[in-house]
Amino acid sequence: MIEKTLKGKPAYWIWLAILGTFIAIGWACYFRQYVFGLGLTGMSRDVSWGLYISQFTFLVGVAAGGLMLVLPYYIHNYKAFGRITILGEFLAISALVMCLMFIMADLGQPLRGLNVIFHPTPQSMLFWDMCVLWGYLLLNVLCGWVILTAERKQVPPPKWIYFFVAISIPFAVSIHTVTAMLYCGLPGRHFWLSAIIAPRFLASAFAAGPSLILLACLVMRKYAHFDAGKEAIQKMTTIIMYAVIINTFFFLLEFFVGYYSEVPGHIHSLEYLFFGLEHDGHVYNNLVPFMWTAALFNFTGLGILAYMKIAKVFDYRLVGTAATLIFLALWADKGLGFVFAGFVPNPLEEVTEYIPTLNELGITLGIWATGFFLLTLLYKIAVGIEHEVEA
Amino acid sequence: MYNKTMIITGLVIFVLMVTFPVWYNGLDAGPLPKPELPPGGEKECVASAAFMRDKHMQLLNEWRDDVLRNSDRVTVTVGGKEYRKGLQLACMECHSNKEKFCDSCHDYAAVTPTCWDCHLTPTEAASKKEAH
Amino acid sequence: MDNKRRKFLKMAGATVLAGIGAPAVVKLTSVPALASGSEQAAAGHGSGHGEEQRTGIRLGMVIDMRKFYGNEELLNQAIAACHAVHNVPEIPGRKSEIKWIWKTGFANAFVAQSQNLRSETVKNSQFPVLCNHCDNPSCVKVCPTKATFVNEKNGIVAMDYHRCIGCRFCMAACPFGARSFNWQDPRPFIKTYNPDFPSRMRGVVEKCNFCAERLALGLEPACVEACQGTGAMVFGDLNDPQSEVRKVLSEEFTIQRNAAAGTRPSVFYIV
Repeated sequence: MIEKTLKGKPAYWIWLAILGTFIAIGWACYFRQYVFGLGLTGMSRDVSWGLYISQFTFLVGVAAGGLMLVLPYYIHNYKAFGRITILGEFLAISALVMCLMFIMADLGQPLRGLNVIFHPTPQSMLFWDMCVLWGYLLLNVLCGWVILTAERKQVPPPKWIYFFVAISIPFAVSIHTVTAMLYCGLPGRHFWLSAIIAPRFLASAFAAGPSLILLACLVMRKYAHFDAGKEAIQKMTTIIMYAVIINTFFFLLEFFVGYYSEVPGHIHSLEYLFFGLEHDGHVYNNLVPFMWTAALFNFTGLGILAYMKIAKVFDYRLVGTAATLIFLALWADKGLGFVFAGFVPNPLEEVTEYIPTLNELGITLGIWATGFFLLTLLYKIAVGIEHEVEA
Repeated sequence: MYNKTMIITGLVIFVLMVTFPVWYNGLDAGPLPKPELPPGGEKECVASAAFMRDKHMQLLNEWRDDVLRNSDRVTVTVGGKEYRKGLQLACMECHSNKEKFCDSCHDYAAVTPTCWDCHLTPTEAASKKEAH
Repeated sequence: MDNKRRKFLKMAGATVLAGIGAPAVVKLTSVPALASGSEQAAAGHGSGHGEEQRTGIRLGMVIDMRKFYGNEELLNQAIAACHAVHNVPEIPGRKSEIKWIWKTGFANAFVAQSQNLRSETVKNSQFPVLCNHCDNPSCVKVCPTKATFVNEKNGIVAMDYHRCIGCRFCMAACPFGARSFNWQDPRPFIKTYNPDFPSRMRGVVEKCNFCAERLALGLEPACVEACQGTGAMVFGDLNDPQSEVRKVLSEEFTIQRNAAAGTRPSVFYIV
């Protein structure tokens, strides 16, 4: 099946070349970081996790989001998702590869990474995160590959694979739940110490993952003669819309708890994210523009989707716009604000702001490019097989 | 067999490349390193020379776990003198010449242990002495 | 020296186990049998709910701020002593700084306490802060490699720098901001070396170790020694009812930093 990746139109190769350039830049930046240490990033003693961990957190959600295609198709036998379920599985693979790369980029001693296996520590949520992330990755590789191979041979997939499909469903939920537990079990970090983190993560994941798949469908419809089908797209917009509504609702609940209880620790991080946190006569607010833009994107995207449902119109441009806005909004929420604001203020109520460095951005873009490179190859295979079967 | 010539040529090139370091050096492993013995003239070590040559890394790991994890800081007595367990506290007391002792074999074997990233060699320690 | 030795011996009690190869730190408990059977006594302090505490030796400290008020120099000495003994680098700037014990304002040290209408002394004084060697440390709970762990023999929250992978989960988990990360090679920033102690390498987390290496030699922690004779810092076994630290705790009103976080800090303050 891999041979499908070796033939393509010029646009395909140009796209891969662009991604390849970013990957090369990423490696060059990583080499610098590897030699000097994580001091080349903008992270500090106070904000000790930065872009790497926040991207990791967001991408775990993107990986889990594929569940919104797998679940209706395999459990509820929703046939319209037949052509695109594989896209969900392959997106999960790429997203998880990015997650693991971001974790490696973030380690101070990457060569000792295997210590997590040599000295397994079940009381650490990071240990369980490693287990479920690798488990989900392998499950998706297995299920995706076996089902696609069967499709190519035009035979029904072997029965045993449905066992693995079935266990991949709780695994998808678990990857994001355990990732939330990395945060929500820490005393002294009020912003994260909330039982609604895991559900909120899942809600935002079930919007972000399908949004990205939707965008990929629109791109492939234009450039790869791959039509996911109007019904599938419409169903996905419904799923995204409800997931966004639930996520927004959960987020607003955090606001209520903070500002109604007026417990200072519960307000500080929200204040920092949306209004700027005043401390010793200085207002710290470098995330405020991002968060309000995200809020605007979130509600605009939601508005477009709702309009389409209510007015019973369907337009690919509107779908694309809404998916883009929502994806970006959720990225800013989880891929920026959630992690950074958890460190503001620090346990001694001092404020340090985090601004990523160019080198750090280079590595981050490089890893995203690697993920999209892999995603492109996997989708090329999937689409190639579909075309072969149709021909 | 299909593509016989291609496969055999490929295999030959592969073997040549893999063995490059061996034949490039003329099948000669170079002169064996001669680590310098303790400048202080101590003759006795915590174990036999053969054992130390083979197993000093395992011994150091054991000491590390004893001291750090098991609070077992029992001292070792060698030649009537007491030493605290540790690379820096015991070994380097006699082998004060890391560059001529440790490095000579490590360089030859092309291994770069990370001990010295934290532990101070006598030279390093002397470079920033406490001003009393 | 004699005086110092005597004081230590007094604190440590009879050197019951000396000479039979037991770790010297055990000497800190005057009556080992009492120490191991003292849960009931221990439950009286530490946390207000009387929940189960670790048994066995639990090293801890009382910081008597009355000795530090108006004497910031003493505090500076304690910090300098610690950082010199442990080859702690002096990296300028907040971003990459490394500190095992440092000074900060009341509002920063005691974030859970009311800051309202505090006395001028408290408002204008600097408080020493360090790792609390908690009885229930959240950093240990989250570490994926057991690189940070509670030493069962003395309750010290220890670090194994050989094993740390630098994930910094412990830094996110510590409710006291006690941990520093080596964002770069620390050696160029170490002014003078203590040849008896290693430095750290880049990419690992470090923090106060309650001078485990000095306790083994029968010495007090460096900061405590720097305050010798003032009683500003009292160190000993919190689970031993006979220890000096327990005597102080039973006589004075003390507070802990952020006790609400539930980690049961082993450092107490007389404010």
